[in-house]
Amino acid sequence: MTVTQASSTFQRILDHSSRADPYPLYAELRRTPVARQEDGGYIVSTYREITALLHDPHVSSDTDNLHDPGPSVAIRGDSPAFIGLDPPQHDRLRRMAMRYFGPPHSPTLIDDMRPDLNAIVTNLIDNLVSKDEIDVVDDFAYPFPVTVICHLLGVPREDEPRFHGWVEAIVALLDFNPATDPEDRMREGVRAREDLRAYLAELLESRRGRPPGNDLLSRLANDDGPDGRMTDEEIVSTANLLLIAGHETTVNLITNGALTLLRHPDVLERLRREPGMIVRTVEELLRYEPPVQLILWRAAYSDLTVAGTTIPKGSRITLVLASGNRDPSYFRDPDRFDPDRRDNQHLGFGGGVHLCFGAPLARLETQIALNELFRNLESPRLVADPPPYRQSAVLRGPRHLLVRQE
Amino acid sequence: MTSERSRETFRHDGRIVVVGASLAGLRAAEALRDEGFTGSLTLVGDEACEPYDRPPLSKQVLTGWVPADGTALPRRREIDAEWLLGVPASGLDLAGKRVELADGREVPFDRLLIATGVRARPWADRAEAALDGVFVVRTRDDSGRLWERLAAGPGRVLVIGAGFAGSEIASVCRERDIPVTVAETAEAPLVGALGSMVGSIAANLQRAHGVDLRCGVKVTRLEGDERGRVRRAHLSDGGTVDADVVVVALGGVRNTEWLRDSGLAAGVWGVACDSGCRAFDVNGLVTDDVFVAGDVARCPHPVYEYRFLSLEHWANAVEQAQVAAHNMVSSPTDRWPHLSMPAFWSMQFGVNIKSVGVPVLSDEVVVTQGSVEEHRFVAAYGYRGRVTAAVSFDNAKWLDHYRHLIETAAPFPPSCPTPDQPADMKPVPAHFPNSVIITQGATVVVTGYEPSERRVAFARPGG
Ligand SMILES: Cc1cc2nc3c(=O)[nH]c(=O)nc-3n(C[C@H](O)[C@H](O)[C@H](O)COP(=O)(O)OP(=O)(O)OC[C@H]3O[C@@H](n4cnc5c(N)ncnc54)[C@H](O)[C@@H]3O)c2cc1C
Repeated sequence: MTVTQASSTFQRILDHSSRADPYPLYAELRRTPVARQEDGGYIVSTYREITALLHDPHVSSDTDNLHDPGPSVAIRGDSPAFIGLDPPQHDRLRRMAMRYFGPPHSPTLIDDMRPDLNAIVTNLIDNLVSKDEIDVVDDFAYPFPVTVICHLLGVPREDEPRFHGWVEAIVALLDFNPATDPEDRMREGVRAREDLRAYLAELLESRRGRPPGNDLLSRLANDDGPDGRMTDEEIVSTANLLLIAGHETTVNLITNGALTLLRHPDVLERLRREPGMIVRTVEELLRYEPPVQLILWRAAYSDLTVAGTTIPKGSRITLVLASGNRDPSYFRDPDRFDPDRRDNQHLGFGGGVHLCFGAPLARLETQIALNELFRNLESPRLVADPPPYRQSAVLRGPRHLLVRQE
Repeated sequence: MTSERSRETFRHDGRIVVVGASLAGLRAAEALRDEGFTGSLTLVGDEACEPYDRPPLSKQVLTGWVPADGTALPRRREIDAEWLLGVPASGLDLAGKRVELADGREVPFDRLLIATGVRARPWADRAEAALDGVFVVRTRDDSGRLWERLAAGPGRVLVIGAGFAGSEIASVCRERDIPVTVAETAEAPLVGALGSMVGSIAANLQRAHGVDLRCGVKVTRLEGDERGRVRRAHLSDGGTVDADVVVVALGGVRNTEWLRDSGLAAGVWGVACDSGCRAFDVNGLVTDDVFVAGDVARCPHPVYEYRFLSLEHWANAVEQAQVAAHNMVSSPTDRWPHLSMPAFWSMQFGVNIKSVGVPVLSDEVVVTQGSVEEHRFVAAYGYRGRVTAAVSFDNAKWLDHYRHLIETAAPFPPSCPTPDQPADMKPVPAHFPNSVIITQGATVVVTGYEPSERRVAFARPGG
């Protein structure tokens, strides 16, 4: 029932050398769907078991419920955003943020952004078409979602150089391992977290009382909805979460998408003829190369049983979403990139009450980005395959993606 | 070997007729083609339009969010079928394998799928039912006409019956700021489906939204004015309600009249079938070539002690259609049982209500998550110490977990603490007005996920 060797598989997954292709290691993990590690944590790698846990009310997202929270507490800080909370606090804060982001109160917000998204993308691409070689990450996949999230939140775009460093340091904390990683990285991350919060608190102050603008920060600052108003701490936490998530995930989805399409010229060719196919293609990308590969920890709030294994209260549970997405007992021929797949219930956005808040935006951004990019590039080909990858095993994606065109 | 050959011939050149061209009929037709059936496919439907979706008819159509004719069902694939629309089937000749149509035509078949659903139960008094302003809501036309009437700003709407449809319609009225009275014979709304504990919560919800809710009363008579328009209703408690729109929401009547002389086990309860969707004849013998799916079907569910269940649920129609289609073209050893857990949703008074399992088959209920006062919670239903159903108010994302508890015959009440747990987790009696007493203790567990894999096994006591 418990196999300790799986923990070493997991260590190898975290190791940067497996970043380009972790999928064989995920297959190894799946031999033990629920595997206890030496440190008492559990790794869950199969589709059914992951979905069961995503919907299990005994699973908590609050570090308070971990026996051994480890370095994750440092990331959480004192006023966690809804991603680090359980119902009912989670539901309340998420609902309040959703008022300005999606249904039922703002059902058309995302769709109404279409022209803006197109304009931003066109603008970026205009600067690319004449170049022989481009970096899909730095020239395109990064600036695009950052511009969008700044616009949406009401964060000045020109401040990007300031907060970019902070965000990188915070992300570097996600899979911080005290045993192997330099302690500096932890200190830097914690400081970056404070700096980013201070920056956002200042921005919030500047929005207060003014006739509310259309950005989320202004509206949260001045809103009195049915749930009341968020405290300043809560607004800062929410903005912090959305800024980081809006920054760091879509970049990978777009880049992983470009890479995957360049590796599948047949699909790319079809897509150029049939742009409507992009919707299914992005869903398949979310399955095949999801930008968030794993949920590093959830906590067993009480003893719970999954696939015959009882996980004791307080245990750390890691959900390997990207492995569930390649589980052959759920997806037929899972290692094949197949946009025609029907009923593609991937785990690319997680699931349950924490299902990705920004999913509709990420979908639309990626659909537009990939269609426009490949409509405009002339016979693009990869300069290096595999490309160099970023450090994180959680938010996995290329650091650069160099592409040459004729 | 010959049977194998004849099955192959049937898959290539056979004739399948589907009667009832709505949700179950359309999905079954699509599934038949998915299964590789290349023979002739005929859909018979008495409604003249192409298949459409009904859930919006008491929700988005009445608020004006979606036009009545904007509810066509999305097509999942080409089905290459012959459509005989606008004409009802009037009879079935089992021996001669022919469906008779009301216009005198006859349609021969090798295999038949019955998917004729239910219709709205009309107001019992014909003359009163014919008054201008008296509505039922089952079809697209019903809903479109009611929408027009609501848009005209009636002085008051009376809804007769506080089941799901009636409650949803009352909710739309309040959303549109139209005064509404709801009359219900039971002690509270939704009790028939969800029992009195959740019913009392639904009653609070309605009153909090300004519904004039009258429970424990019957509407005895509708009164019209000299121009034939409804204007008043008389109640069994002696009271009256002045209303210019009356919506009769008293549930459905199964469309089985056309099968009266067919020799099938068809009646007010629907068409009885086995869990593989094969119809029973009047003797209780299972037939080989006649299948049933959707609201009109009545089929045994092993999880509920093999009771015959009639479910008027959207998802049930879809899933049963898939199983029926598979079994229609497969060998006897490759038949699937229809074992999916019943599930239902509703949207009313700003709350998303969802259920899984069969709440009626329970003796106790307990709130397991959330807060009843805030109208956001999950309640689990139990029967003799195992979980049989769950219902959520604005907490639907947890229901998969409860589905799993039901399928594994997990003990009731579910015990371990959860983060969002109510202070008081004491089970109370479930109380259903027409409660059926379950007498035998056949407890099974369901395994497998895909329709092709789902099977049951008896649960061993204590194991
Ligand atoms: C207003 C409303 C709201 C609903 N809301 C929800 C909801 O929120 N959630 C949920 O889960 N479910 C809901 N439902 C239930 C859901 O719509 C049904 O379960 C579903 O429509 C069943 O599909 P069906 O194909 O079995 O039957 P039907 O949709 O009833 O279709 C049967 C078809 O057969 C036709 N027919 C009948 N007799 C004959 C004949 N003799 N010859 C030819 N054709 C015939 C009928 O005219 C009809 O077109 C709602 C239903 C209504 C009416």
